[in-house]
Amino acid sequence: MTPVLQARGLGKKYGRRWALTDCDLEVPAGHVVGLVGPNGAGKSTLLNLSVGMLTPSAGSVEVLGGPPGAQQAKVGYVAQDAPTYARLSVADHLKLGAKLNPGWDHAVARRIQRLGLDPKQKAGKLSGGQRAQLALTLGLAKRPDLLILDEPVAALDPLARREFLQDLMEAVAEQELSVVLSSHLVSDVERSCDFVIVLVDSRVQVSGEIDTLLATHFRLTGPRRAAKDLPGDQHVVTESHTDVQSTFLIRTEKPILDPAWTVTQLTLEDLVLAYMASSVPAQPERPVLEVQR
Amino acid sequence: MIWLTWRQFRVQFLVVASVLAAAAVVLAVTGPGLLDDYHRLADDFIANLGFERLNPVLYNAGQVLLYAVPPVIGAFWGAPLIARELETGTHRLVWSQSVSRWRWLATKVGFTGLAAIGITALLSLAVTWWSDPIDDAINAGQQSNSYLPRMFPPVFGARGLVPIGYAAFAFALGVAIGLVVRRTVVALAITLAAVILVQVLTPTLIRPHLMAPTETYLTVSLDNIRGFMLTGDGNPPTVKQIEVASGSVGAWKLSDRTVDKAGNTVGTLPSWVIGCEPGPPNQTAAERPEAAACFQRMADEGYRQHIKYFDADRFWALQWREFGLFLLLALGLTGFSFWRIRRDLS
Repeated sequence: MTPVLQARGLGKKYGRRWALTDCDLEVPAGHVVGLVGPNGAGKSTLLNLSVGMLTPSAGSVEVLGGPPGAQQAKVGYVAQDAPTYARLSVADHLKLGAKLNPGWDHAVARRIQRLGLDPKQKAGKLSGGQRAQLALTLGLAKRPDLLILDEPVAALDPLARREFLQDLMEAVAEQELSVVLSSHLVSDVERSCDFVIVLVDSRVQVSGEIDTLLATHFRLTGPRRAAKDLPGDQHVVTESHTDVQSTFLIRTEKPILDPAWTVTQLTLEDLVLAYMASSVPAQPERPVLEVQR
Repeated sequence: MIWLTWRQFRVQFLVVASVLAAAAVVLAVTGPGLLDDYHRLADDFIANLGFERLNPVLYNAGQVLLYAVPPVIGAFWGAPLIARELETGTHRLVWSQSVSRWRWLATKVGFTGLAAIGITALLSLAVTWWSDPIDDAINAGQQSNSYLPRMFPPVFGARGLVPIGYAAFAFALGVAIGLVVRRTVVALAITLAAVILVQVLTPTLIRPHLMAPTETYLTVSLDNIRGFMLTGDGNPPTVKQIEVASGSVGAWKLSDRTVDKAGNTVGTLPSWVIGCEPGPPNQTAAERPEAAACFQRMADEGYRQHIKYFDADRFWALQWREFGLFLLLALGLTGFSFWRIRRDLS
């Protein structure tokens, strides 16, 4: 099956600054993918490259097996801050969607009524949550194979956030589409995604199915030891040491046999934070990931 | 896509269109009366206009309106067309529908641009048709202090095809500036200033080069002398330049220089030329023998006026050229916009 998103050596430069470097990715179909990373890590750049809003400075990216923008009808995109035409009404936006998309699904568009949005309301007067819902409706009703959402819940309060993601998940279940959504909050991803990409400092730190990642990452606590003394199949993500004790966060596919270690399972948040921390020394001024429950 | 373009554009369109439609109606209602006067009064037509109240006002209003339309269209239709989308981020909404950027731009520019051209053409047609009796009478030699021949810059730019060319150019310029600047208000201001600047500079910098002017040499006489340019505080002052009538009614004179026997341009004329100074108008040679003698001496010593002008018959040829030039510029700017829209804009 063709991956919905595939990047090879993908990079994007703004002036002299690289916003994304050397990005290799392969996202299989049928997943809800969470793209996490601190603000300014390059999440929007990666998504904008995927939908063809930007052109790569290096490498290449393929969406649904073709170049970005080639299959506009099959890729839905909800841009950051959910832009809408402030002076057009909700009904006008739906009409716009119906006129500009050959595969427009009126049944899906009717979710706007279920959500309690007044069709005559001007989009400029909607709340952040309502605007995000309107933008999501436009994205869903074109019946895409892949829906890309850039920080869809960033502007929403915790309750609206939860509702939005729930609605999204329901729609995903009904329409059988792949989703890539970005967020700077691990909790959003934990709630809705089954695949995660961690992007820090314009680089992809780790990506994979969440279940697989959690099954192959462990925290080891035990007597003090150097990282190089660990077995070759255990890759150290982070380490910390006191005088007598060492803590390692490792990735391994093999069972951990050394009885000296206390082995702990990780939560997704632990894992993401560890990958972010491992890159912190390179650029200490980066904001650390926010944690919000 | 046309529906969306119209939905976004209709307010701006209706504002401009209703003003222009009202103007066209007023001109259509008063035009036949003016034409009737022209036939009835014949040679007294222009003189009689001086006693009228409405028609001179309409004459000037039509002209002002035609000069105002291109900057307004450029600034209020052209500049916001793309700039507002980029400023509010809505380009990311509309580009993620199943419509390519090129089709989106082509529809917006095509639809709005044709509206700009159509509405300017309508107004220009109305003004040109309405003013035709006056322009005709002036070109036929009726004297006036208020009305200029249509070949003269202030009138030329408010007749026929030229305003349409300006409007197309202004619109395309506004779109291109908006695309580069990405700020509606800034793009609007730059476009407004740029279009007005082009309107002001075109008659002096561009129009004279669009066609080869007619050239002629005239000896100065009491009949064709129109003015002296004097310099110096001496008494009497010295004469720098002489202006004469071109002899071709309704022609637009581009240059008028005194040359000597050898054909070289004269910077300052000999001191005795002050004796040719024009007196009150309509004097005959017999009434001013000393001036007549002075003109005779100029002719004897080989001084002539070298005149370049566009005569009244070449009005439409010049109109077509200027219209074509600005239409080409508009197409070039639109081409630039299509190239620019393909590049990164997020």
